[in-house]
Amino acid sequence: MRRSFLMSAALPAIAALALAGCASEADTTATDTTPSPTTSQDCSPESLQTLTPGTLTVGTDTPAYPPYFEDDDPSNGKGFESAVAYAVADELGFTSDQVTWVTVPFNKSYAPGDKDFDFDINQISITPKRQKAVDFSDGYYTVNQAVVALEDSPIANATSLAELREAKLGAQVGTTSLDFITNDIQPTQQPLVYNDTNDAKSALEAGQIDGIVVDLPTAYYVTAAEFDNAKIVGQFPAQDGGEQFGLLMAKGGPAP
Amino acid sequence: MLNIKIFLVAEFFILILSLLIALGRGLRAPVALPVRIMCTVYVDFFRGVPTILVILLLGFGVPALQLKGVTNSPVVWGTVALILSYTAYVAEVYRAGIESIHPSQRAAARSLGLSSMQTTRYVVLPQAVRRVIPPLLNDFIALQKETALVSLLGPIEVLRSAQINASANFNYTAYVVAALLFVAITLPLTRLTDWLQRRDTRRRMAGAM
Repeated sequence: MRRSFLMSAALPAIAALALAGCASEADTTATDTTPSPTTSQDCSPESLQTLTPGTLTVGTDTPAYPPYFEDDDPSNGKGFESAVAYAVADELGFTSDQVTWVTVPFNKSYAPGDKDFDFDINQISITPKRQKAVDFSDGYYTVNQAVVALEDSPIANATSLAELREAKLGAQVGTTSLDFITNDIQPTQQPLVYNDTNDAKSALEAGQIDGIVVDLPTAYYVTAAEFDNAKIVGQFPAQDGGEQFGLLMAKGGPAP
Repeated sequence: MLNIKIFLVAEFFILILSLLIALGRGLRAPVALPVRIMCTVYVDFFRGVPTILVILLLGFGVPALQLKGVTNSPVVWGTVALILSYTAYVAEVYRAGIESIHPSQRAAARSLGLSSMQTTRYVVLPQAVRRVIPPLLNDFIALQKETALVSLLGPIEVLRSAQINASANFNYTAYVVAALLFVAITLPLTRLTDWLQRRDTRRRMAGAM
């Protein structure tokens, strides 16, 4: 337990309200907690109920992949999600020095329980099931799922979901990409499931699978920067109404 | 069930290969020195390397070489990795059994005119193997559990199914079910080990009582 006694003793509701007040001014991290009409808020970083007072603790997984992060270093401000995290911190009144990063495995991020971060930014799609376990900010990116294959793969020129049905597909465990395979493509062969996207890419390169499903920005990065001979077969909206990445916070917790 | 398939195939090869390794290490003739060194190096290496590392190395590493005519199936390479790793352990179990046979047995057999090979085959091994059956089964129970590591390479086996389920629904009873399945498979093996051990004790004590 990294949470101090003071933190656990603090009334989460009040804390959330304090932050909700700040957030609505900042308009970047509106939470789904009910805003209070009565209180006026002091929004200096010191007064915010963060995990470590005066510091904004942000979680993401290791390795941190491009294009969301660069050089596996979230704290360099490069990469989309790193930039978003620092922009949020800035709106909340934190300087870059007051932001610390912690490693949070993807599958652990949205599991129920105490969190050791104020928010986690790790391409976590907002899904109704996850919302039962954790809180999300409004979406900061709308994402499509994409199928990536090597150019000599049997599915390289597929134009419909039906043509993907016979393929051997892979994805990372616990992701909406994997859900997309099982729910939307419904392949005839069992998909192969990996601990992280690197393993899935290794398997793709080695020809163990015909294609992998990842989110579209990752697909662009994989095909443009990492593989010479891979292409995006197609992209698909994964859910009705679109799928969005959100900042993840502990359920009802005193985080922004 | 994938775990059982991997287990059975791996066990078959492990039993044979590890016996060969154990016999190789037991050779005393000067001419057999290279064989002895090779077997010793093999055992030292694979006992010292984590199984998970061997699985990742073979499962992702070998297919990445894109060798012609070599399968890239993750299940096959995962099984090969388990075989390599466990053969080293089981070879040592065999060797312990072989060395536990008193030298007078061998001397007696040789004086009756049996060749060295025949002595090993008809006098030493039958006694040695009987002695090490409980530790052998112990290693197989461990192997049965380690089949879950093959999930790292992508195939969906019991553990991975449970993980997928748990991460979709935040209901961790899937892991409990997976645990019960593993126990259900290993339990018969465990009981068999106990029974063999009891029977062996009874037989050895029979003369003394």
